[in-house]
Amino acid sequence: MMPMRRSLATLVGVATTLFAAALPAQAQAPAAAPAAAPAASTLDAIRARGTLVCGVSTGLAGFALPDSQGNWRGFDVDYCRALAIAIFNDPTKVRFVPTTAQVRFTALQSGEVDILSRNTTWTLSRDTSLGFDFAGINFFDGQGFMVKRSLNVQNARQLDGATVCVQPGTTTEQNLADWARGARVNIRPVVIERLEDNVAAYNAGRCDAYTTDVSGLAAIRATQQNPNDHVILPDVISKEPLGPLYRHGDQRFGDLVRWLHFGLIGAEEFGITAANAQQMLASDPRPEVQRILGRTGELGRMLGVDNAWMLNVIRGVGNYGEIFERNLTPIGLQRGRNALWTTPGGLQYAPPFR
Amino acid sequence: MSDITAGTTLHSSSAARSAPVNLVGPMAWARANLFANWWSTAITLALGYLFIRFAVSFVDWAFINAIWSVPVSPQGVANTEACREAKGVGACWAVITEKHRFILFGTYPYDEHWRPLLVCFLFVGLYIVSAMRRFWRWELALIWVAVLTAIGVLMWGGVFGLTYVPQERWGGLPITLILATFGLAFAFPLAILVALGRRSSLPAIKALCVLYVELIRGVPLISLLFMASVMFPLFLPEGMNIDKLLRAQIAIILFAGAYLAEVVRAGLQALPKGQYEAADALGLSYWKKTGLIILPQALRLVIPPLVNTFIGFFKDTSLVLIIGIFDLLTAGKTAIIEPSWQGFGVEVYIALGLIYFIFCYAMSKYSAGLETELNKGRRR
Repeated sequence: MMPMRRSLATLVGVATTLFAAALPAQAQAPAAAPAAAPAASTLDAIRARGTLVCGVSTGLAGFALPDSQGNWRGFDVDYCRALAIAIFNDPTKVRFVPTTAQVRFTALQSGEVDILSRNTTWTLSRDTSLGFDFAGINFFDGQGFMVKRSLNVQNARQLDGATVCVQPGTTTEQNLADWARGARVNIRPVVIERLEDNVAAYNAGRCDAYTTDVSGLAAIRATQQNPNDHVILPDVISKEPLGPLYRHGDQRFGDLVRWLHFGLIGAEEFGITAANAQQMLASDPRPEVQRILGRTGELGRMLGVDNAWMLNVIRGVGNYGEIFERNLTPIGLQRGRNALWTTPGGLQYAPPFR
Repeated sequence: MSDITAGTTLHSSSAARSAPVNLVGPMAWARANLFANWWSTAITLALGYLFIRFAVSFVDWAFINAIWSVPVSPQGVANTEACREAKGVGACWAVITEKHRFILFGTYPYDEHWRPLLVCFLFVGLYIVSAMRRFWRWELALIWVAVLTAIGVLMWGGVFGLTYVPQERWGGLPITLILATFGLAFAFPLAILVALGRRSSLPAIKALCVLYVELIRGVPLISLLFMASVMFPLFLPEGMNIDKLLRAQIAIILFAGAYLAEVVRAGLQALPKGQYEAADALGLSYWKKTGLIILPQALRLVIPPLVNTFIGFFKDTSLVLIIGIFDLLTAGKTAIIEPSWQGFGVEVYIALGLIYFIFCYAMSKYSAGLETELNKGRRR
């Protein structure tokens, strides 16, 4: 009896000491965590690791999809490659981590990925309470509806009483509910996880309409057996500005991502392409072109990278227009609002490089 | 008594006659079972007609009208016009021809595909060796350690001149085999310990085991996987990351462990109390009693439900798709996202189903053999 009681007392003693030791540490933890985040520089971490880790979609035609040989291709993927070139001057120094809609934000918050380049809509709550920053809008999108032409539906208000296929866990589902309430349209949503299962359900007549971003609808319509049997309704019920995002608080890394995007747009504006970048560096007289390409102005150094960063990026992946044409034009997307501001209706605009 | 010597033929004059053809053999069987009376005949003919019609149209679709390959442009874009025209009439196996390496190996570097291929063969070899009773010795554990190390070296690389391949590029069949093999190899011993613990007379151990089993069984595997991939990383200090695959693997081990523990416990309970008492009477220690008397009999009793659970878990590994790991099923689904290949899901799913079927059928066939082998003394 005695030895057992003594050991019990020791145990209680040890436990109390441990608890007491743990208590202040725990009390400090919430205060320490936000303070620690900005101190750890993403850019330094990437340099130390030797690779950029980029969160992409698990598979979305045109934006991020492995080809038959298992190489990632797409619009979002090219942004990651461009960033890898800007930092390391090497498009292969990037690892692509496929993230589903549900785990993408945790992957970024926990530091599993450095940046999410993954069809993510810029919203106020994601910018604030989720603790992210958006580096810009590299694709202006909006949610619409696709219906079969045989239904003879002219606009979205005629969808009263219709079943609509929608993917869960995205803003798409929320937008549909919000719009239906506002427009007093009675919609019956059919929530299906995977894109192609949604399309199959739509084709099988399980739902009357399919809703997602217009970019996605265009891609799906293009692959139908007879695209003309399907109509994308003119109503766009939401704004879906898509862009890369990074952890809030690391402005140095954010500046680099933001100006990389502006650099790609600026390059298109000035006519710098993958083919002629080297030649323009040598011969173009415009001072802004010379600054973008890094001959003058020390712009790269201000961002913490090599001065020739944009030259390397453009030679590697091309300018914004070339990236768009390579990945999104084949799936049937028009430039539309993603044209340069110099074209009527275009919204893509870059601040001056100086 | 016997004055007939061996070799003497009796009644050599008359040859043995076979029974009438309508009493034995296939004809008689068909008469008795298929055409016994008019309604039996009608059902046979109707089902036979449906079966032949289905078989003919399947052969037509799958082989005769099938398209085996389509032209692919140098940019890697396939021209699937021919397939789309044949849709509904002929299968488009071209999708398998074009995408089979992606489906099998995911985003693993293309030039290094021999490594995951070798890994798949190593796994199959390991299963075959482990299945043979003559290898059931303690050296088998060494073989497992050696083969699993070799698999790790092949998949990761970074040594012996192999290039390093980070985990997120792994995919396809090796991922499914890794998750299933490691999952069951670790879950099974865990399950035995938990099952024993649940029958223990020590209250703390018993409570712990009951808590573990009930907690894990009370939630779906999906929520455990989410926990492992969404919640768990937030508890770790910043900059520290545990591999995504490892996290999913641990979740699968814990989940399979809880289910297998209950199966093993069923076997322990089915054993007559006399076996326990006899072992005690011999003066065996607890571990000797368990290892020599109880477990060999208990596990033999539960082979069918054990294999049932094994097969279930082999297929459950495909749930990792929700956390973005490209296992065999996810790789197959991803292969048909590309616009030119959209709409050819049936062909891909048939191919995937065939792969899953081969593994699961082999497992169930082997367990049936093992059951007869081990239960020779108990067969009724």
